[in-house]
Amino acid sequence: MGTSDTAIIAGIGQTDFSKSSGRSELQLAAEAGIAAIRDAGMTPADIDGLVTFTLDTNDELLLARCLGIPELRFWSRTPHGGAGAHTTVQHASLAVRGGAAKAVLVYRAFNERSGRRFGQPNQRVTPPGWNWYLPFGLDVPAKTYSLAFQRYMYRFGLTNEDFGRYSVVARKHAANNPNAWFYQRPITIDDHQNSRWIVEPILRLLDCCQESDGGVAMVVTSADRAKDLPNKAAAIAAVADGHVRDGNVVFNYYLGDLGEFPEAKLMAKQLYEKSGLTPDDMDAAMLYENFSPIVFLQLEAMGFCGAGEANDFIKEGNIEIGGKIPVNTHGGLLGEAYIHGLNNILEGVRQIRGTSVNQVANAEHVMVAGGRSGMILSPA
Amino acid sequence: MAKVIAPSVDQDDEYFWEGVQRDQLLLQRCAACDTLRHPPVPMCGECHSTETTTLASKGEGSIHSWIVSRHPSEPDDDSRIVILVELDEGLRFVSNLVDIDMADVCNEMRVELCFRTIDGVKLPQFRPAGR
Repeated sequence: MGTSDTAIIAGIGQTDFSKSSGRSELQLAAEAGIAAIRDAGMTPADIDGLVTFTLDTNDELLLARCLGIPELRFWSRTPHGGAGAHTTVQHASLAVRGGAAKAVLVYRAFNERSGRRFGQPNQRVTPPGWNWYLPFGLDVPAKTYSLAFQRYMYRFGLTNEDFGRYSVVARKHAANNPNAWFYQRPITIDDHQNSRWIVEPILRLLDCCQESDGGVAMVVTSADRAKDLPNKAAAIAAVADGHVRDGNVVFNYYLGDLGEFPEAKLMAKQLYEKSGLTPDDMDAAMLYENFSPIVFLQLEAMGFCGAGEANDFIKEGNIEIGGKIPVNTHGGLLGEAYIHGLNNILEGVRQIRGTSVNQVANAEHVMVAGGRSGMILSPA
Repeated sequence: MAKVIAPSVDQDDEYFWEGVQRDQLLLQRCAACDTLRHPPVPMCGECHSTETTTLASKGEGSIHSWIVSRHPSEPDDDSRIVILVELDEGLRFVSNLVDIDMADVCNEMRVELCFRTIDGVKLPQFRPAGR
């Protein structure tokens, strides 16, 4: 394994995941943060860096005050929402490896169901670049993403029912996860096909991720700390971003054929080169899925199957427990909760620790990615 | 009728919305190297000139992809067909398809530019070609 990106995730923490937390976003961040610090066997005095999303509403200094962090030496934020979910770990990893900080708390906390809902149009904000979408009715992610997904369906001859097979798997995995909102509530493909259209002919309700309240956090530190931790650490074998020319706002409508995901290809290529690992070496994959079709595009872009082959790959059971590459063993953003993708990283750590509710036997290498950003986790 | 979020025009795209008022779909073109680009940006990524001119699109193209929203929320709860048009000039443009039933929409179908005022906002739209 290459060592270019070696840092570790030493601890993980989270709140309950709900539809109405009844407490502030700052409290959720603080609760998740202290849980992660304790899980790492540390105290807030060991933490000297903070990383979150630009979209997070929590002020760094207020969070530091909640946690009692005495001295901060590093902070940063990552752009583009869920697309930058895994970039947080890249920032934290670079900070500890470069000596800017000794231990960085990565966090994301919000009341995304009881507060500002991402699934609803936000008419107060028309940032630069949105004039090409909002006036034409592309006002929520379900629509912006679907305009790309439809080309994928056309190119490879898929139907909405094909996408539903991912939803069934996600809910099957979530049904076994007590932390999941959809714990003990699996669905059938008929349930999926009977759910209402959100964007025709691409997405039904059961293709869409949840809107959730909750917080998650993790502690990233240097690999030399791995041996004296109370819980098993996950090594960041590689972490990378991938963004290509002509990308715009939420999806790249302007480069090549939309039946592909060039950003994810660029990201995954770097992960494999840096780690010396291949798709065949991966034992599980946690793939950011705001909507079910993005799993298909990622499986192909990351080399788990060829272009246009994800449909058969999923039909054949390859992404279920016992399959070739179990995907989103916690239920993902559809089944567990939508904490902006950061909860998927926690499940990657649990697979490396051997503590997942849907544990993959002898999981050595786990892909954790959100298309444009991602990492490979391995035992420390 | 659909409710439309009006564009919030800035220095980098005001030429476009002024063109719409004159029934033109203006594509930004680099004044130095003639490269066409959409969406517009204030520097040419090919030659780094900040001088721009425009080309009025002929308004002909084909559908690269399309959707119909059934999302229950405002402002678009009266569904419009959203299309990604591959313009014959070689650029793609997000717009709406009008004067057609959803059942008749298909990828690669030929479309032509028209202008419609919806909810008080004048927008470049597309309709099936040659009707």
